[in-house]
Amino acid sequence: MLNFDKEFFNIGHLDALSYKKTFIHQINPGIKLVVTLFFIVTVVSFSKYDVRQLIPFFLFPVFVMSAGDIPAAVVLKKLLVVSPFVLFAGLFNPLFDTSTAYTVSGINVSRGWVSYISLIIKFILTISSAVLLIATTSFPGICYALEKMRVPRIFVMQLLFIYRYLFVLAEEAMRIVRARNMRTFGKQGSGIKPFINIVSIFLLRSIERSERIYHAICARGFDGRIRLLKNFSIGIPDVLFAVLSVSAFLMLRIYDVTELIGEAALKH
Amino acid sequence: MHMSDALLSPAVGGTFWAGSMGLIGYCAKKLKERMDERMIPLMGVLGAFIFAAQMINFTIPATGSSGHLGGGMILAALLGPYAAFIVIASVLTIQSLFFADGGILALGCNIWNLGVYPCFIAYPLIYKVIVRPGSGPKRLTAAAILSAVAGLQLGAFSVVLQTVLSGRSELPFGTFVYMMLPVHLAIGLVEGFVTAGVINFVKTARPEILESVSASKDLSPRYSLRNVLAVFLVLAVLTGGALSWFASSNPDGLEWSIEKVFGKPELPEAEHGISLLLSKVQNRTAFLPDYDFKNKNEAPADAESGGEWWPNIGEGTSVSGILGSAMVLGMIILLGMGIKVFRTRKA
Repeated sequence: MLNFDKEFFNIGHLDALSYKKTFIHQINPGIKLVVTLFFIVTVVSFSKYDVRQLIPFFLFPVFVMSAGDIPAAVVLKKLLVVSPFVLFAGLFNPLFDTSTAYTVSGINVSRGWVSYISLIIKFILTISSAVLLIATTSFPGICYALEKMRVPRIFVMQLLFIYRYLFVLAEEAMRIVRARNMRTFGKQGSGIKPFINIVSIFLLRSIERSERIYHAICARGFDGRIRLLKNFSIGIPDVLFAVLSVSAFLMLRIYDVTELIGEAALKH
Repeated sequence: MHMSDALLSPAVGGTFWAGSMGLIGYCAKKLKERMDERMIPLMGVLGAFIFAAQMINFTIPATGSSGHLGGGMILAALLGPYAAFIVIASVLTIQSLFFADGGILALGCNIWNLGVYPCFIAYPLIYKVIVRPGSGPKRLTAAAILSAVAGLQLGAFSVVLQTVLSGRSELPFGTFVYMMLPVHLAIGLVEGFVTAGVINFVKTARPEILESVSASKDLSPRYSLRNVLAVFLVLAVLTGGALSWFASSNPDGLEWSIEKVFGKPELPEAEHGISLLLSKVQNRTAFLPDYDFKNKNEAPADAESGGEWWPNIGEGTSVSGILGSAMVLGMIILLGMGIKVFRTRKA
């Protein structure tokens, strides 16, 4: 069950990263969320044959990564783990779309390959910006931002509750898996029927835990909301970050900077 | 089965975002009307449970491959559709952030595919119809398997639909459907079997948990036509709003469906506010003016209006494009390294 430990470690790792104190980390979570969303929508709004127009957009993840002091390995690992579906769904582009797009020094590049590359670049950009958002913003901060944006409170509370108990229940699941592994040999005992029993008991335990939690939070004066100690305000750096990034994305969306630079370089 | 940002166009992604967010709002309102405070920690813990339980694998009979629980139908049966939908949506939100499953734009699609079908179609129309108070374990098993299969089939079909509508993947509709549906039929059968086992177990061990859901009318509603219509009306408005927002900024696969609705490939444009701004931006850029440009190859490049017809890109342009890409990439990497060096110096 290496898989399990790894995933569990990863959440904790991302969570730990989000408590660093760099310039990026200190930007208002809501602003970061909106800027990231804007970035993603801008990136996916390019057509499926755009490749060079997408290249300048690497600026954003690279900037956030280096300014936020996030190790590149964290982002790359995430990209590798979630890549199969996109790689698979895009694989058919080169097979079905074979007409020639470019001829570069005698080699024909089909449109399918161009769109496949575009797809992969979009995938890298969107996923890395999402990973970087969570690596530079604490999860409660994001929840706070969501509440400010009038996302229904019960949904925000769910996020906070799940996040809190995720670590507890994940540890319990880890103990269950270890116990099962120690009592079974090979594939025996890992079938569907023992699984149902294990999960059912785990479910009942979780429900009982929620009852205990309910009593505990009632005893501490729970009134239907979770409050955060930290108060997030929007300052000049936040506004500056938002305005600069959004206008940069728009500029790069409208003007083909890569082409301009390439042409300028060819002239000289 | 997670949808991914890169496969989506803004129109499709935005529409499903709006739809899912609208439904979250609707469910939150429904839950607020008769909120049992006990439900809040129960929902939270069950969400964390779904996460943790997905980390326990089991061997799928006959194939030898390993599977894990999805859990949508278990949540619906335990919590009722509204609370279950909120829990599924929040689990997927956390997954999209921490595991980068899919991505943030695709979150709307994922909530829709994995939440709406089990909670608002499979649960009320299949599970609730088959399972009556006092029905035995066989009936419950049949209900769980049928509803899990139906939910997953609809979800898988919807992944195909979203991908094809977005037009980012060349995968033909038919082939994609033939690949997705049988696989998810098998997954659905296993999921249904596990769901049935778990619900039967809970029913034997702590029957009052299931009874409390079926007893409270507000949490497991009888579907009145009015409610269903209201939901669809809200969705239609939201969808329309999202469409007119995004469709003007990006012509894509949705064009053909819009064409069917409005008789022409563009939505009636509102000549003010954001839509005017977006159409100005679009005129400025005018990338790939039509979806099926493949059939219109060798159309003349129209430099005046900024039109950029693909087949006409000459070698000069492509060389400068590649050169420019390399240079831009190099500059970005240098910048990133520069910031890193600056940071370490400062520290």
